[in-house]
Amino acid sequence: MAALTPASVEPDELPRASGRQLRTVLLLLIPGLLWLGVFFVVPIFTLAGTSTQTPSGSGLPGEFVQTFHLANYWDAISAYRGHFARSFFYSILATLLCLAIGYPLAYLIAFRAGRLRNLLLVLVVAPFFTSFVLRTLAWRQILADDGWVVSALKWLHLIPSDLAVTASPIAVVAGITYNFLPFMVLPLYSSLERIDPRLIEAGGDLYGTSFTVLRKVTFPLSMPGVVAGTLLTFIPASGDYVNAALLGNTRTTMIGNVVESRFFRVVDYPTAAALSFILMAIILVLVILYVRRAGTEELV
Amino acid sequence: MTQRRRPLSPEAAAVIRAQQAAGRFSRRSLFTGAGTVGLGAALAACGTSAPASSGGSDEEPSAVQDKSASEKVVNWANWTLYLDYDESTKTYPTLQAFSQETGIKASYDEAIEDNDSYYAKIQGQLRNGQDIGQDIVVFTDYMAARVIQQKYAQELDQARIPNAGNLLENLKTVSYDNGRKYSLTWQSGYAGLAWNKEKLPQGLKSVDDLWKPELKGKVEVLSEMRDTLGLIMLQQGVDPSGAFTADQFGNALDVLDEQLSSGQIRQVKGNSYTQDLISGDALAVIAWSGDITTLNAENGDKWEFAIPEAGGTMWSDNMLVPIGSPHKANAEALMNYYYDPEVAAQVAAYVSYVCPVQGAQEVMLASPDKEMQALAENPNIFPTEADLAKVKVFRALEGTEETEFSSEFQRVLGN
Repeated sequence: MAALTPASVEPDELPRASGRQLRTVLLLLIPGLLWLGVFFVVPIFTLAGTSTQTPSGSGLPGEFVQTFHLANYWDAISAYRGHFARSFFYSILATLLCLAIGYPLAYLIAFRAGRLRNLLLVLVVAPFFTSFVLRTLAWRQILADDGWVVSALKWLHLIPSDLAVTASPIAVVAGITYNFLPFMVLPLYSSLERIDPRLIEAGGDLYGTSFTVLRKVTFPLSMPGVVAGTLLTFIPASGDYVNAALLGNTRTTMIGNVVESRFFRVVDYPTAAALSFILMAIILVLVILYVRRAGTEELV
Repeated sequence: MTQRRRPLSPEAAAVIRAQQAAGRFSRRSLFTGAGTVGLGAALAACGTSAPASSGGSDEEPSAVQDKSASEKVVNWANWTLYLDYDESTKTYPTLQAFSQETGIKASYDEAIEDNDSYYAKIQGQLRNGQDIGQDIVVFTDYMAARVIQQKYAQELDQARIPNAGNLLENLKTVSYDNGRKYSLTWQSGYAGLAWNKEKLPQGLKSVDDLWKPELKGKVEVLSEMRDTLGLIMLQQGVDPSGAFTADQFGNALDVLDEQLSSGQIRQVKGNSYTQDLISGDALAVIAWSGDITTLNAENGDKWEFAIPEAGGTMWSDNMLVPIGSPHKANAEALMNYYYDPEVAAQVAAYVSYVCPVQGAQEVMLASPDKEMQALAENPNIFPTEADLAKVKVFRALEGTEETEFSSEFQRVLGN
């Protein structure tokens, strides 16, 4: 892959910073570091603390004491293994679907759209103008048992007459795919659009069929977009719970739903916090493995 | 019906009083917690938002200085569809009248999706005695009990709420707030059965009718543990207001688990079950009384509500002044205003829940408006003795029961 990158694109080495430049760099970093400190580092320690608390013994819900009870983690994993498995199954499936739908779309916009390119890009982003909860709720109306979509499919005998589309795993995965599609399309588009067309032409000149050129030239060059898009889809999708709550039923709950219910219904903060940490850890491991395998130095 | 000055018979009143071991239910979880997207999703996805970890309750928060005289405002957090609203002017008529009458600017926020999530949201601030930005919050009995027990509510000055005397006799004394020192009822209601009467002309009589094969996948139940399990327990001959055991609770939970696993129950929902009734995804549901009246008024007269033969549950929502509120006197003025029977009648006509204010029914009967007169006969607003004899109030859960039962219930719900 690195061999395919034209030499001219390679970034210059960063010039060594002088003392004054260093000070400027630090000054520029301060807002970002402050933000991270206040809204990430401090909360993550609070969350870690919460995850090892135990009930205070007052019997009142929501009252816990700090006991560094690490067994909370084991209890959370053993109780919610199935939910973790389901969350990752749904989110990986949705990510693959997003890629399968998003890649041709991004390709079309980048290479074939001509003057329509900007319009198509606006259309990809257009759903963001409406609240995503509302859009998800709208799907519930559209796919309702007596709605016209399902009625029409049933009338055409394309689906069995007793099938419910909403309140099912299909609806949850479809909902996640729909909601995260723009996060896949935009990075794919930006990396496809940057590809030097001469490289693709060269592929043709060397007697590559259009499919071979796509497989050997275009796709490898778009890997940074593929990696960015899949990460931007997969990470939030595994923690998502709105789609499962609105489009699923009680047998399609994801780990986000469990965190929500532990936090707000049972008022069991330690388990909710432990589950969040476990989720973070699993995502981190999966992402590291993935990025290493996909080898994306260009990402950074 | 003869004299209806006191809508409750003495025996019904006694039943309810005996059952005010103060359990109740959150109602209306709009979007099953969709409002909590930010916190929950952020917590789950990357953990950038930390929960306020709760320490012990050793120091009790104390009330703040009342600034009502200088700041003529009152902020009220309530549930959705819980106050008369004028679609054409986008205002709350009774609230506007209150502001004109008293010069106190009232702002109304439909901030409460359900008891649990709203409590979780404000608990950290309450513990520190901070102002949560609301001067009145509305919680259901069991949550009001918790808030009062944790000393998160300010004591009301009865002298400023003379109209509180209009409260229904049976609600004047509740176990969690003897003499109503901290709370005042907003509305009450039942959980029972509702169905689409066009599709199910024969109707439903008992909770077991929900499990008929022809309703497979068309049934929904409430995400409120005390309503759904209360109804199933009653069907099993267990009184949810009595000293039922963990086993009896477990038996009811087994029924729910079985019906969920078999796909008989399509989904477990909060307030949004009404949308599924409209779309036709649900034909028979466990529902809240007032919703069905509102639904029929807005979407054609298609549904019917009934308390199951084995009995239903009853609950009340209560107004409280949170500990950090600097506008208690204004809040009391507002409570007093809504306990005027004339005002209460206007609210009752809109929300269709059980009106807790004596005299409101007479006001509605005397109204020149035919619709108002008809509503005065609505048993969901002014309960009949027969209905009251059939409903129970879920008992208060002691200590660890609360956490254990709700934990088990959430497990069956797939959480």
